[in-house]
Amino acid sequence: MRREVPVLICAIMGVAMIIQFFIPHPVSQAIYKTVIKWFIIIVTFAMVLGLLSLTRMHLTKLRRGDKDWFFSLVTISSLFVNLLVGFFSFRITDSFIFEGLKVPFNFFTISFATGLAAGSPFMNLFDYIQVPMQATMFSLLAFFIASASFRTFRARTVEATLLLVAALIVMVGRVPVGHMISTSIPALSDWILVNPNMAAKRGIMIGVGLGGISMALKIILGIERSWLGGGGE
Amino acid sequence: MGLRAESRSWGIGIFLVLTLFFIPALASAKEPAPPESGEAKVEAPTPEGETVSPLGYPLNFTAVDNPNDDGMKIKLTWELSPGDQPELGKKENPVKGYRVSRLGPEEAEWQLVTVQPPGIAYFLDEGTEEFPLENDVLYDYKIEVVGEGEILSPPIVQKGIVSSQQFFNTDRINILVCVIAYLCILLFYIFRARKGHELFVRRIAGLDAVDEAIGRATEMGRPILFITGLHDVADISTIAAITILGKVARKTAEYETPLLVPNYDPMVMLVAQETVKQAYLEGGHPDAYSDDMVFFLTTSQFGFVAAVDGIMVREKPATNFYMGYYYAESLILAETGADTGAIQIAGTDSVTQLPFFITSCDYTIIGEELYAASAYLSKEPLQLGSLKAQDFAKVIIGVLMLTGIAATLFGWMWVVDLFIAR
Repeated sequence: MRREVPVLICAIMGVAMIIQFFIPHPVSQAIYKTVIKWFIIIVTFAMVLGLLSLTRMHLTKLRRGDKDWFFSLVTISSLFVNLLVGFFSFRITDSFIFEGLKVPFNFFTISFATGLAAGSPFMNLFDYIQVPMQATMFSLLAFFIASASFRTFRARTVEATLLLVAALIVMVGRVPVGHMISTSIPALSDWILVNPNMAAKRGIMIGVGLGGISMALKIILGIERSWLGGGGE
Repeated sequence: MGLRAESRSWGIGIFLVLTLFFIPALASAKEPAPPESGEAKVEAPTPEGETVSPLGYPLNFTAVDNPNDDGMKIKLTWELSPGDQPELGKKENPVKGYRVSRLGPEEAEWQLVTVQPPGIAYFLDEGTEEFPLENDVLYDYKIEVVGEGEILSPPIVQKGIVSSQQFFNTDRINILVCVIAYLCILLFYIFRARKGHELFVRRIAGLDAVDEAIGRATEMGRPILFITGLHDVADISTIAAITILGKVARKTAEYETPLLVPNYDPMVMLVAQETVKQAYLEGGHPDAYSDDMVFFLTTSQFGFVAAVDGIMVREKPATNFYMGYYYAESLILAETGADTGAIQIAGTDSVTQLPFFITSCDYTIIGEELYAASAYLSKEPLQLGSLKAQDFAKVIIGVLMLTGIAATLFGWMWVVDLFIAR
């Protein structure tokens, strides 16, 4: 029963959602919207479980004094500081309404607001700490692309040479210096991207699309059960 | 003998599928239905002796229920007035627009619905907040040509138009046929596989290397890192990744190799925990499983990458698996893993990230090979049958693409229209 019930639920819901796609009737649309809302609610609860998992794992490391416990401390602290700041975010305003009276311009006050207001501490944390850190990680890509290219683009075989030449043309063609060297380079770069590259991408996407349909049908029909857990044997 | 029987099966299959495709073609190749109700009527005929306005009036004004929807929409079409000359420009064109009005059953006056600009001969009335359009209610529509100084041509009226909801979207009948056809092909090959026919599946190097990679980690005494991608559990690639995770976890349970599975999505974490727990149970080492092996990190893309990179640098896993859907972080992960000296196997259906994985990883499973993992690793006949069905469908798609090219060249646009998804 532990495996049969989920498979049955999956089959019923899968077939129902396929049928729903072809029925424009308002009842069908209402069912679809309700199912989406259920999904959002379940995902939200799953987020709570995820946070519990994260907290428990790092608290265990702290309690045991494991190697690199400091990083766990940073993680837990960041998590709770963000939570508290988000719940009790406040901002300093130059005036506020108190019992019907507007306090004058020079009187600095503190008013409680939700954390997403522009200029609130929560948004300041996001804008001035998280966003720059994300940008830093993203900027590592430039260096990693250089190191990966240096390692990979070697003219050992015919195919590797073709790859090297094509990569060179496309990289030079995408920067202004390519246009300065010759106007043919950006045109050739665009041709490579629009023709052979696009053809290969579309071939992969056709295969991916068919594979996705096949996988979905197998899951709905109960042929594919690995998502239930286990090694599948 | 086997080869002739297989060729016959292919031939019958192709014939059946092409027949199924041409059924909707025959069904759709019919004259469009006349307006459901009402008739075009000039309500204000030109009095005798007077000339018709030089603007003329729009011909063939039709108002019908918008098809294939949940109702509350009326589609209005007309031919442009003979006086409408959009090429003259806004100022010189004698026609300034088309005024469309609606009269409901409880209303005494015509309500203005829209004034369409000149050159436009179509409008979809969805009602407004003030004057909503209701289903199963009779409405009258009229159209008048607007000229300079609000001179109106005689109105054309359509009476008794009703909007209603439909139970089946006929625009998507081609999709339904394709789904049913593919389902038939899938079932056909599954039944063939069940009967014991041997089905050839080509070698997929990345999947063959999974055992070798796990063995390497076991010998080195270092953990295995498995990442399931950045999509949620509803994504097919994530499900395929979980499938491979189950196989890997079964082996790590048997060999007692540490396994680390950081997750981007909490739902995926829950499914992965169940998968790994079950795999350890089946592998005979349920006590070796701990919930801390499969954990949630963050739903922030680069926060996740930073955390995983930190795990790689600190834990130094001997084997990294990147299975699922990835975005820009793919190269950061793969390069960091390469720096730590791990053997890396990647599998993704994200076409934009494949080049990065190919350059940085030892083995890459491309696109649909990831979905084939379950069948390839288990070698179950049912699963292998579905792989053959996919290959057969690809052949059909190839034939249809050639047909589409020929149809476009010869101007048989009805063939092309068969495959438009709405």
